[in-house]
Amino acid sequence: MLAEHFPALLVVTPLVAAPLIVVVRSARAGWAMALAACLAAVLMAAQLLARVAASGPVSYAIGSWPPPWGIEYRVDAASALVALLVSAIGTASVVYARRSAAAEIGGERLYLFYALMMLCLAGLLGMVVTGDAFNLFVFLEISSLSTYVLVALGRDRRALTASFQYLILGTVGATFYVMGVGILYLATGTLNLADLAVRLPQAADPRAATVAIAFITAGLGLKLAMFPLHAWLPGAYAHAPSAVSAFLAGTATKVAIYALARIWFSVYGADALLRDIPVAPVLAALSVAAAFIASGAAIVQDDLKRMLAYSSVGQVGYITLGLSLATEPGVAAAIAHVVNHGVTKSALFMLAGAMALRLGGTRFSDLAGVGRTMPVITFAFVIGGLSLIGVPGTAGFVTKWALAGAAIRAGQPVFAAVVLLSSLLAVAYIWRFVECAYFREPPAGAPAPGEAPASMTGTALALTAAVVAMGLHGAPVLGAAGRAAAALMGGAR
Amino acid sequence: MSDAAFALAAVAVPFAGAALVALAGERRRDLREAATFASAVMLFFLVVALGPQVLSGGRPAVPLFDMVPGVALALQVEPLGWLFAAVASSLWVVSSAYSIGYMRANGEGRQTRFYACFAGAIGAAIGIAFSANLVTLFFFYELLTLVTYPLVTHHGTDEARRAGRVYLGILLATSILFLLPAIVVTWILTGTTDFRPGGILGGRIDAATAGVLLALFMFGIGKAALMPFHRWLPAAMVAPTPVSALLHAVAVVKAGVFCVIKVIVYVFGIDTLASLGGSAPFTAIAAFTLVAASVVALRADNLKRRLAYSTVSQLAYVSLACSLFTPAAIMGATLHLVAHAFGKITLFFAAGSIYTAAHKTEVSQLDGIGRAMPWTMAAFGVGALSMIGLPPMAGFVSKWYILSGAMAARDWVVVAALAASTLLNAAYFLPIVYRAFFVAPAPGDSGGHEAPAPMVLAQVATAGACVAIFLFPGLAIAFAKAVAGG
Repeated sequence: MLAEHFPALLVVTPLVAAPLIVVVRSARAGWAMALAACLAAVLMAAQLLARVAASGPVSYAIGSWPPPWGIEYRVDAASALVALLVSAIGTASVVYARRSAAAEIGGERLYLFYALMMLCLAGLLGMVVTGDAFNLFVFLEISSLSTYVLVALGRDRRALTASFQYLILGTVGATFYVMGVGILYLATGTLNLADLAVRLPQAADPRAATVAIAFITAGLGLKLAMFPLHAWLPGAYAHAPSAVSAFLAGTATKVAIYALARIWFSVYGADALLRDIPVAPVLAALSVAAAFIASGAAIVQDDLKRMLAYSSVGQVGYITLGLSLATEPGVAAAIAHVVNHGVTKSALFMLAGAMALRLGGTRFSDLAGVGRTMPVITFAFVIGGLSLIGVPGTAGFVTKWALAGAAIRAGQPVFAAVVLLSSLLAVAYIWRFVECAYFREPPAGAPAPGEAPASMTGTALALTAAVVAMGLHGAPVLGAAGRAAAALMGGAR
Repeated sequence: MSDAAFALAAVAVPFAGAALVALAGERRRDLREAATFASAVMLFFLVVALGPQVLSGGRPAVPLFDMVPGVALALQVEPLGWLFAAVASSLWVVSSAYSIGYMRANGEGRQTRFYACFAGAIGAAIGIAFSANLVTLFFFYELLTLVTYPLVTHHGTDEARRAGRVYLGILLATSILFLLPAIVVTWILTGTTDFRPGGILGGRIDAATAGVLLALFMFGIGKAALMPFHRWLPAAMVAPTPVSALLHAVAVVKAGVFCVIKVIVYVFGIDTLASLGGSAPFTAIAAFTLVAASVVALRADNLKRRLAYSTVSQLAYVSLACSLFTPAAIMGATLHLVAHAFGKITLFFAAGSIYTAAHKTEVSQLDGIGRAMPWTMAAFGVGALSMIGLPPMAGFVSKWYILSGAMAARDWVVVAALAASTLLNAAYFLPIVYRAFFVAPAPGDSGGHEAPAPMVLAQVATAGACVAIFLFPGLAIAFAKAVAGG
């Protein structure tokens, strides 16, 4: 039956779509093929999520070589949830890109954009479904290399330096990760994550495990923009094409977070982390720094996309703070924030892209009076901003609630205070936009009132509506996140 | 239609009204105003229709969505919420008439946004009134802050923007830093956030935790304007006067003290608090706010600023009464919520009429204005007497219960604070009335006229209500008894 092969097809579909798009060499056909591949991925991920919830994890042996000798793809409640998030945001980004990317990239290179999007999606989905530590590295590189090119497609030359910076730092991160995996392989003789979980405690030298997790945490920390390894992110998000910013903001860092959580909790296990290796307190301290320093930096940015990028670093801090608690409610809150913040930030980058398209840029001087020229987009942006603050009725509130509760239950009320106190910084940066949009006069020569093309506005509004729906009815996401946390922490088996 | 459907409709009608107002827009302004009126009247009848059922012990409940696992966004009507909803909805009808007169006479801009946000604010207030649990309450509480922000900053000037920052900053910061953690802690301690008669924390909390939690709730409910978190209220006075009248005399500040009473009665339970003791710091802060705000009001020359500080002081009456943890005082607090609403809206209506007809904003400019504006100043006088708490005004009824609650508790500090503030109230209100009627107008300031008819009618109606509540207090007292569990 076809459904049995979904774990593999989830990755193979976009991976095959990419070269097909290059062969066809048409932007229009490329868009259609990318959209079809994304929709197929969404359906498969949704089916997998339902199947996993009903009957437990799904294991798929690539080439019928049984694990741990062959490469195993493994879908459980955590990977299926993140796969659904990634493919859904990918779908929205492709729909959005039809007009947005045409305007920002345009011309002959446009079909390459869709091919790269598919490669990136395949890499990210591969990272999520694979049960093999080295295979994860391969997919990490597939997604990273395509991301570097996607960022470089941005409208001005600063995109090139941003891409180059990301290339250097991303490669350093990937190298650290693969060194960590190499040490694990030397110590245990296996690369299968589940097998690692069994063999690691029996390894001859426990220092190997400690060194390996340090390398892996630092390497993935770079990819997930853990403070202070976030230097690449603001430039990359600010200068990439709008559709790419929207796609990456909701997926790239989120998948790296998933990978980190997978290795921390499924391979090492929360007990070992808390007992033997002082990595959780380090992550907690960095998360607190991220929540305050990066969110504080967001307040003083001159560019809306750059502000959103710094906000992302701060919000990733909340997620890693949840992970650092190493309790099931904490990890559940972190996974829920992966989903809720992913949707929120994608929506915000899409809205910012819609403003950029009409106003020629996203500097605050360009955005003066945008509340009058683009009332719908601006209002939606404010709603998305409220989710960053964590106002009830938005997705951000649901996870803030879960995270504060998890911190108190874990005996760390200080972290609950950190979450709440730092969200006041979000009030400051969002209200800077509000005052700019509603209290300042549009600059001379501003375009006449009007919204962005319907496909862009519609996609962005759909995601904004999802933010509100997930805020009013947050139980499904929190429930799925709770099952994901249980799957992560219950070991890979 | 079932009572639950009425409750749901009561929350939905103002938001539907806001949508209709936005659709009608600036070009069809008569249609737009009709939409405001229609939704106000409809809301009033929906709330009235719920009354008998609630008074006879019915508690219509509407669960909506699972906001977080185990906590639903849900509505439930109980006596305190009904009373608040009745006050807000009846005054929305009156103030709609007033707003239309005021906004047109003063040629204000952005009127569509004004009416839409106004209706949204009422919807949020009704949502607060009918919240079935703390999380739903918090949702509507934050919504009320956000939807009133465009009203406070209505004029779009630098001054309005600065005031907006103070308004939003204090209200959001207190709610995020104090109220939300208080709710989370309550949820962790009890596994629920529902409002239940007798409270949910009984037996699950020791005295020290209760003290901290109580402080988090009291300061977290920034809309109750306990010092030192009161500055948003005078800052909000840059708004057009109808906003100050309905929102900063009724919906927003009453939402604050409503939440205080609700938390004391339905989350802690007065018996639990009374047995744990330790109300002294809370009483002291409320008493200090009561007297200090009156002193500031005494020195304020700007009429709206004086009214704003009077509001801070009057809200402290409610907090003070709540801190006594006795049924009589809770009744007094509930009644004061009603009495102060009618009195203070009358005063703000009068201030707006003076501004519209004579363009005066300072107390020192009001010499002899009673000759040109007899109706306005008569209404002002009625409102002022109600603030002081003299018969035959509504304020007397509530002060009577608060005072008897304080005497029953033998809390002489509270009695002294009440007495002092009554004198201070008289000291800052009566000179205004005296100036208006008995001091000759400044030379060259003769003539003048009354405000437009809808405005005059509105303030006479609310002044009449102040007297009516004194003469027929039965209904309000019946509901207040149900709240206090008497």
